[in-house]
Amino acid sequence: MVARESMMETYALLIAATLNAGTVLALAALGLLINEKAGIVNLGAEGLMLCAAIAGFAAVVHTGNDLLGFAAGMGAGAVLAAVFGLLVIWLGTNQYATGLALSLFGAGFSAFVGIGYVQEKLPPRVPFEVPFLADIPWIGPALFRQHPLVYGAVALAMGLIWFLYRTRTGLVLRSVGESPESAHALGYNVRRIRFAAVVAGGALCGLAGAYVSVIYTPLWVEGMVAGKGWIALALTTFATWRPARVLLGAYLFGGVTMLQFHLQGTGVDVPSQLLTALPYMATIVVLALISRNPAWIRVNMPASLGKPFQPGS
Amino acid sequence: MLQLEARPEASKLWVFASPVLALALTVLLGVAIFMALGKDPVRGLQMFFWEPIKSAYALGELMVKATPLLLIALGLGICYRSNVWNIGAEGQFVMGAVAAGGVALLADKETGRWIVLAIVLAGILGGMLWAGGVALLRDRFNANEILVSLMLVYVADMVLSYLVYGPWKDPAGYNFPQSKTFESVTQIPRLMSGSRLSVGLLIALAGVGLMWVFLFRTRAGFAQQVGGLAPAAARYAGFSSRKALWVALMVSGGAAGLAGALEVAGPIGQLTPYVPAGYGFAAIIVAYVGRLHPVGMVFSAVLMSMFYIGGELAQSRLGLPKSITGVFQGLLLFSLLACDTLVAYRLRWLRGRA
Repeated sequence: MVARESMMETYALLIAATLNAGTVLALAALGLLINEKAGIVNLGAEGLMLCAAIAGFAAVVHTGNDLLGFAAGMGAGAVLAAVFGLLVIWLGTNQYATGLALSLFGAGFSAFVGIGYVQEKLPPRVPFEVPFLADIPWIGPALFRQHPLVYGAVALAMGLIWFLYRTRTGLVLRSVGESPESAHALGYNVRRIRFAAVVAGGALCGLAGAYVSVIYTPLWVEGMVAGKGWIALALTTFATWRPARVLLGAYLFGGVTMLQFHLQGTGVDVPSQLLTALPYMATIVVLALISRNPAWIRVNMPASLGKPFQPGS
Repeated sequence: MLQLEARPEASKLWVFASPVLALALTVLLGVAIFMALGKDPVRGLQMFFWEPIKSAYALGELMVKATPLLLIALGLGICYRSNVWNIGAEGQFVMGAVAAGGVALLADKETGRWIVLAIVLAGILGGMLWAGGVALLRDRFNANEILVSLMLVYVADMVLSYLVYGPWKDPAGYNFPQSKTFESVTQIPRLMSGSRLSVGLLIALAGVGLMWVFLFRTRAGFAQQVGGLAPAAARYAGFSSRKALWVALMVSGGAAGLAGALEVAGPIGQLTPYVPAGYGFAAIIVAYVGRLHPVGMVFSAVLMSMFYIGGELAQSRLGLPKSITGVFQGLLLFSLLACDTLVAYRLRWLRGRA
């Protein structure tokens, strides 16, 4: 009986850790979803998240305030996304190449700036509990002892569903992604709308980056985002560009990440490198399974995704 | 206000001038960074643009680093020209190094010089195998090659890490995660004594010639690129896009794997977790700055090698983090993409609002 109870407790903690890990992916992937709904792919997500991670971490080191850390991360994300947006939208540069440039620059720049922060520690992290609900046996530890942003990500997904499918602005955003020519003909300023979407998405990726270095693993190590930006990019495809599925996919991958630590903890005789590689391999497998039917992808993908638009050309 | 006006046709001048302008912009930004950090910018620039070329030995080291960059970039050039977005050359490089290292570890005191050939072939095959996975998933499952090739970089790093922490760890290596040092017979032949320059440089230069002939003088090379420029035209002409995909990935995977083999059996001489040095990512920039043209890439590979050496010198002599190399690499690609606007557009000064 005792063993069984402690098993149940382990599962509760595993679920809690899964939600925590999934939140990073959810925030970033929902941000990228906003970009992609407007027709822009930002392959710079990884670099952008790294810069946001160091910006957020540094802000918390200097001020001791997590909220300022999140704000710094969002600011860094928004600024970098704005540079990306200017190049891609107004100068018409190739989206893939420009995003790649951002990822390479972000990896170098964050390592460069972060060198002085490698040994720094954050003030003690305060555990969060939802009053009353956190005390429910099993369910409490599993679901209600989370950082508020974990619920924030859920709210964001729901807000996004409402925004994209129930508001006029959301409709305009989607139409810009589906057919920029028609949106332009109707008098909408396609480039400005795309730019706004890119900056908003960048800010969310930045929030995800700051969450990594401030809450998820509260420290700074070079390259610490470890491919989460790329996995988030893959998530929008898995989810066939639907916010609810993005959220679900994020938790699924959060679970894969946590499974790795769980298996390591239980002492299963598997090389640790295989476990570390698990999320990346899972991404490849799921990507292949989802993409197998090209028609299904084509129907769901914003039609102008990755294509530049210049009015009057 | 300034306005962009589409040129009737792409400017030939700016195709060449844009990388130069981009480099100038990067240098200016570099000066600003040095000044912001309170370092003498002249001394900073010296580390990057003078120290690497000031002596015969330094020039040799410059070429040692330029060799893998050029080899990988040549393969990527074919990929990007055929619109195949392989960004995982780093992983293909690592798998080439792993396969080559595996063969090199088989050598003992009696092994003949032929082993070098086996090492190089193993490297090429290792890189091809890794890129082949990307091609297969794209071809059969329509999976996005950008994401798959990148994810495979992380997997390749883990394969290397597993081997050097596990089965291939040197039993006499004080528990350091590294293989035993390869027998000297496995060493890639050097061009001269006193320099680490190897025949790898000659192979890379031969690759430049081969790629030039393939791209601009053969029908297959033409068919390969049409799919990238005009997919509909390629279909109409009956050029197979599947073939173009496989050719692009096999060539670039093989080239990256070859570079990995030349590195482990050359300057490194054993397998360690530090084999991946970012060459696979830097080569993406080399390919673009070199205009995806084999001859252009020779220059950009040397330039990128300067960035690497300059970063190391900036660390040892100016106390700056080595990662400044990555900052400059990223800035260069950014500037290049922005400057490339001038190839297709001209700037016009308009009075009042347009």
